[in-house]
Amino acid sequence: MSTPIIEFKNVKKCFGETVIFSDFNFKVEENEIVSIIGPSGSGKSTLLRILMTLEGIDGGYINIAGESLWHMLWQGQYVPANNKHLHKMRNHLGMVFQHFNLFPHMTVKRNITEAPMRVKGISREEAEASAERLLQLVGLADKADSYPNDLSGGQKQRVGIARALAMKPSILLLDEITSALDPELVDEVLDVIRNLVKEESFTMLLVTHEMYFAREISDRVCFFDKGAIVEEGKPEAIFTQPQEERTKAFLNAYLGQ
Amino acid sequence: MNGFHWDWAFMWEVFPIILSAAKVTLLATLLGSIFAIVMGLVFALLRRNSSKTIRLSVYWVVEFIRSTPLLVQIFFLYYVMPEFGISMSPLVTGVFALGLHYGAYLSEVFRSGIDGIEKGQWEAARALNLSKLDTYKDIVLPQAIRPMIPATGNYIIAMFKETPQLSAITLLEMLQMAKIIGSENFRYLEPFTLVGVMYLVFSLLAAFGIHQLERRFPKEGFSLK
Amino acid sequence: MEFGEIVSVLLQGAVVTIEIVAMALPLAIIMAFSFGLIRLYASAPFKQIAIFYIEFFRGTSALIQLYWIYFVLPFFGITIDAMTAAVVALGLNIGAYGTEVVRGAIQSVPKGQFEASIALNFTATQRLWRIIMPQALVNMIPPFGNLAIELVKATSLVSLITIGDLTFKAKSLADTTLQVGEIFGVVLVLYFVMAQCLMFFIKRLEKRLSKGLGRGGIHS
Ligand SMILES: Nc1ncnc2c1ncn2[C@@H]1O[C@H](COP(=O)(O)OP(=O)(O)O)[C@@H](O)[C@H]1O
Ligand SMILES: [Mg+2]
Repeated sequence: MSTPIIEFKNVKKCFGETVIFSDFNFKVEENEIVSIIGPSGSGKSTLLRILMTLEGIDGGYINIAGESLWHMLWQGQYVPANNKHLHKMRNHLGMVFQHFNLFPHMTVKRNITEAPMRVKGISREEAEASAERLLQLVGLADKADSYPNDLSGGQKQRVGIARALAMKPSILLLDEITSALDPELVDEVLDVIRNLVKEESFTMLLVTHEMYFAREISDRVCFFDKGAIVEEGKPEAIFTQPQEERTKAFLNAYLGQ
Repeated sequence: MNGFHWDWAFMWEVFPIILSAAKVTLLATLLGSIFAIVMGLVFALLRRNSSKTIRLSVYWVVEFIRSTPLLVQIFFLYYVMPEFGISMSPLVTGVFALGLHYGAYLSEVFRSGIDGIEKGQWEAARALNLSKLDTYKDIVLPQAIRPMIPATGNYIIAMFKETPQLSAITLLEMLQMAKIIGSENFRYLEPFTLVGVMYLVFSLLAAFGIHQLERRFPKEGFSLK
Repeated sequence: MEFGEIVSVLLQGAVVTIEIVAMALPLAIIMAFSFGLIRLYASAPFKQIAIFYIEFFRGTSALIQLYWIYFVLPFFGITIDAMTAAVVALGLNIGAYGTEVVRGAIQSVPKGQFEASIALNFTATQRLWRIIMPQALVNMIPPFGNLAIELVKATSLVSLITIGDLTFKAKSLADTTLQVGEIFGVVLVLYFVMAQCLMFFIKRLEKRLSKGLGRGGIHS
């Protein structure tokens, strides 16, 4: 097997007194789509936020594409990463947020072009051409000049996806991207992801409560509880023959089986 | 000028005099606050009057008072009121000016405090057939007061810091005293610095006091007797 | 004195008042932004300096600051003219209050904006100036507007260090002509008009800057 693109080794994470992960180990292979399901408060978001460098860790190591995320080599020793290192590592990653977090003072087009232009130094023409392609992909070509506040929740989230894709991350993190949406808007967002993985290969780590979607799209499903992976495996296996009691209880509550 | 050293002896000589003038400053602040709270309540209640004309005129009166300088209002009361046969001492003038000026600010605090009371409370009072006065006295104000303490306190501190303006109509408060001492001794450094420090100390103390008051205040309100 | 004459003298004073505002306001804004940002982001010793400046100018009163700068600084060998003293004192005073406006507005930008800008790999400087500040600016306009009006009002204090502003002109006219009612009445109205004009421009500025932020909830 090749080196995993994401690797957690003995990771520890606390918020003050509360321990979220005590000794967490986890791997994701390149181009693997992994769904994380589990009760709220179990540390799913924290996992993604650590990868996106929005939260630090209190112990252990995380490797992204073979390179340490939170540490760097300095005079032959691993030391905590500085801003420059984090800046470099973030190039691997993109994230779509539950509450969209679009920039309300920029048009849809600028939301998508700003980072490629400012961070990657891509020319305006190129960035705009790419933004147009992405808007086409998410079905919002006609909204390029609108402001986020004039869009519906589903449209906002589709812009959020386009904005993350514009940076061409090799790993895409999706944190409950449909949880803030009205039920009738959920599918327009999920369809975008469906099309996306059909056309290109991605490493994708998604936290979701849409069980049917997790089942259909994932290569692997992880059931999370209290900061640990209780059970993981092929979606078919997890959803039809869960082994652990906690998994069964959770799925029963969710699917009403 | 070789006065840029700090003269401790002079400072200690000046200190008790300034301290005695502090009484005047504090008296003006105290009376001014009481008057301001009364005026603030009057303005706030008039803004809820059923007549639109009254509401609108009170709005503009408050707006006018808030957007014109306190100093000019002090001069107005001190120089113009005697034309109408109302002559007031500097202290009384000061209390009225401070009270009116900050009453205008406080009316906004009180208004939003009263607006913050849920509709259900008013309806309950009506269901109990309470009179308007009783509704305010027994239901609305006891609940509205706690959230209004911080803003009210801040405005009173702000008022306190504007009392030096009363020196312009010769009220012998701290700054006026410092000015007199300074001009008699040709040394302003110690008296002015002393007054500045006094203001700093008093306003820090007051801020602390307000914080305590808010903390101690029962969350469920209290009953006005 | 003719009413028209009174008004014309007072208008001369109003021009001086406006001049002081026009000079003190930029100073206040510069102080507010620089010390507001230092207070938020700088390292400990700089933060302490900022806190000292803010607490000092907010804790003592504007008139005392004005007197101190005008009457006391000469004892340190720093002689400045009344106009400079006025602009410096008022600018620093209003600026100290402005730091809290800047700080509050920046802190009121939803955390998600900051997080999204990290996820898109913007640098710290880009995050502040391209993402957070444009949104914070809109929140700053109304409180800065109120401060600007406080500044207009505070300029009346400069009459006490012999600058011929609107209040000074009124006071000296009142001393000589005894037409106190007309004089102070006109002066109050002039200040009121200045404040209302200022408010009008602030409202327009707010409207222009809030483009796109219009119906914003936090879930943008
Ligand atoms: N910034 C924070 N400070 C303190 N506790 C936090 C913070 N973020 C998350 N937590 C706590 O960590 C636990 C895991 O949170 P989270 O990762 O958001 O869970 P999930 O996404 O699975 O619902 C929760 O108990 C939550 O209260
Ligand atoms: Mg979560």
